[in-house]
Amino acid sequence: MSDLGPVLVLAGGLSHEREVSLRSGRRVAEALRAVGLEVYERDADAGLIPAIQEDPPSAVFPLLHGTAGEDGSLREVLDLLEVPYVGSLAAACRTAFDKPVAKTIVSAAGLCTPPSVVLPHETFRELGAHTVLERIVARLGLPLVVKPTKGGSALGCSVVRSMDELPSAMVSCFSYGEIALIERYVAGTEVSVAVIDIGDGPRALPAVEIVPDSGMYDYTSRYTAGATQFVAPARLPSAAAAACAEAALVAHRALGLRDLSRSDLIVDADGVPWFLEVNVAPGMTETSLVPLAVESAGLDLGVLCRDLLHLAADRAARDRGAR
Amino acid sequence: MEGRSDHPPVHRETRFDADVARYAARAKGMVASEIRALFAVANRPEVVSLAGGSPNISGLPLDVVSSLLSDLVLQRGTVALQYSTAQGDPTLREQITDVMRLVGIEANPDDVVVTVGSQQALDLVTRIFCDPGDVVLCEAPSYVGALGVFAAYQCQVVHVAMDDEGLVPEHLENAIRTLAAQGRRPKFLYTIPTYHNPAGVSLSPQRREAILEICHRHDLLIVEDDPYGLLGFEGEPSRALRADEPARVVYLGSFSKTFSPGLRVGWALAPHAIRDKLVLAQESATLCPPAFSQLAVSTYLANHDWQSQIKALREMYRERRDAMLSALDDLMPPSTTWTKPKGGFFVWMTLPEGLDSKAMSPRAIRERVAYVPGTAFYADGFGSQCLRLSYCFPPPDRIREGVRRLAAVIEQELELRDTFGPFHSGRRKGVESPGPDLR
Repeated sequence: MSDLGPVLVLAGGLSHEREVSLRSGRRVAEALRAVGLEVYERDADAGLIPAIQEDPPSAVFPLLHGTAGEDGSLREVLDLLEVPYVGSLAAACRTAFDKPVAKTIVSAAGLCTPPSVVLPHETFRELGAHTVLERIVARLGLPLVVKPTKGGSALGCSVVRSMDELPSAMVSCFSYGEIALIERYVAGTEVSVAVIDIGDGPRALPAVEIVPDSGMYDYTSRYTAGATQFVAPARLPSAAAAACAEAALVAHRALGLRDLSRSDLIVDADGVPWFLEVNVAPGMTETSLVPLAVESAGLDLGVLCRDLLHLAADRAARDRGAR
Repeated sequence: MEGRSDHPPVHRETRFDADVARYAARAKGMVASEIRALFAVANRPEVVSLAGGSPNISGLPLDVVSSLLSDLVLQRGTVALQYSTAQGDPTLREQITDVMRLVGIEANPDDVVVTVGSQQALDLVTRIFCDPGDVVLCEAPSYVGALGVFAAYQCQVVHVAMDDEGLVPEHLENAIRTLAAQGRRPKFLYTIPTYHNPAGVSLSPQRREAILEICHRHDLLIVEDDPYGLLGFEGEPSRALRADEPARVVYLGSFSKTFSPGLRVGWALAPHAIRDKLVLAQESATLCPPAFSQLAVSTYLANHDWQSQIKALREMYRERRDAMLSALDDLMPPSTTWTKPKGGFFVWMTLPEGLDSKAMSPRAIRERVAYVPGTAFYADGFGSQCLRLSYCFPPPDRIREGVRRLAAVIEQELELRDTFGPFHSGRRKGVESPGPDLR
């Protein structure tokens, strides 16, 4: 590995997940400093490009969540600036960030994913909301999960248990995004599986089981310390645990992801993992799942992040050599 | 490639908070809030923030303040950097009586207790009067910081309706009678009679008389919060309730809006017996308010023409109020209504029927405008059709741009309402107002 000079942790941005991103950034920056790296933290604002051009970092750790951070656009800019960064390429991010597209791809790769309907607000407006919603319930049954097709932290996400609750869930969803994903609710054990690749191939970390006190892993349950119980590794039969690890690896590969991803799954009563979504810039806050999985695997977060930055820098050096 | 082992895995459980079982019941509502998280975006320059309540202190004569503070340290440093008394610096308390004279209050400096902002005065008043479950009467809507204090002391808040002339006397009477029928008696009425936060209205002189009469008849204590009283845009300042009923009113004042919120200097003016308890409560809370901040304010008042400074602030806020009201008139969709403040910082808006300000917040942030949803100002989950707009911080052109964006957001929400029907969000989860540093 090359020697790493100063590295840049990018966090903040203008998405609804700005606060989460800033917390993720601080956590990773501290972990990197603890293993001896010189770290700069920056917001993604008008000063970013001049700052990178003036003083290019050895590598960037993007921790922007939500749009721009996870839809590939920021990474596209980093590519334009020829700065190495941790994580997937822009094109793969675009695919993974769009939940219905990701579901289609992982389904084709053999994973189970809950049946769903994807519709923009215009369709409901033009065809009549009530009739369309009735057809959706007739097709998918109840309960349902309604969420924006893009975004994270369960923002705009609702579990709908009766037809009466559906219109409100749609309004909440459309406040966060233009297109709604309405998905059949799958009962089971909620788990999250991180995949890391530090140059020797993708590797699934132990699944983390999520048991929110409120029954719903919403924003409050995610970011209030104490509001959710996490178990790592998840209390799953070994076959189901292996199936979760395999599912996360399949998703990571099928979507063409790189370095780091986190798949959110539900394990049903038969031990079958159902793919819900994948995150290309997973949360790294004090209450986030990836740091817990890293710890459960006996790894150190700072060392892992440093290795990923090394990998990114070396990759860029190789690419420059190849040109 | 998980590590293979013959031993079964050890399932480690965590909640990321080792003390989760130890918290007091009053900490139950202290949780992460989706709405609060949205405010994290609001301080970015791309967003027009009509959410914050920070005064615009850019007009302060910083060179003068700098010189005064420098002299303070050089000449009285051993006092300014030492403990003060729990009741506060005597000279400052004298000066505070001069300030209160502008709203008609004649007071003895001995009855003034200096506090860490008027927020702490409210905390101390609640601490000495309220046990868990006690009832406090508040306007509907009410100041979010007051609701936070009442929640911390586990009070039950009963809201009393307001209209364009402020608190409605008949509703106050009804609330007291209804509680009496249940064998309950409110500990006090908390009110912001002048340039209300968030409602932007003021209690008319006739209403002031009526409210005092009702409180007198029912022997109800009044806590009068008056941070904006000197920031009126028309005529002389309104006469404080305390001016006419010294024995029944605890008056809370502040230098946060007229000088500096960063110094955190406020006060309570209270009847003697209450004052004595407030002093002891202050001593247990902080030992004493910060000496440096007190002397900084005192020096400023003694050496600078603070009344002219307040006049300049009034002019600045009047221009911003005018910009907001004019933009609202020009741009808001029909069926949207709002109050027309004659002072202070805030406009209270009521959205068209079936719209929900909390549900609308993410869309507003996407459109780069921020406000505070109305539910933040109610302890009982009401207020979802309303929102608070601040005109105190952004310059007039930004205010107009913010209102333009907000109007577009409301139009989009109206389309959603027409598609899916009316929406009302449920009870709140966590704090739904921005932190004090939001501009």
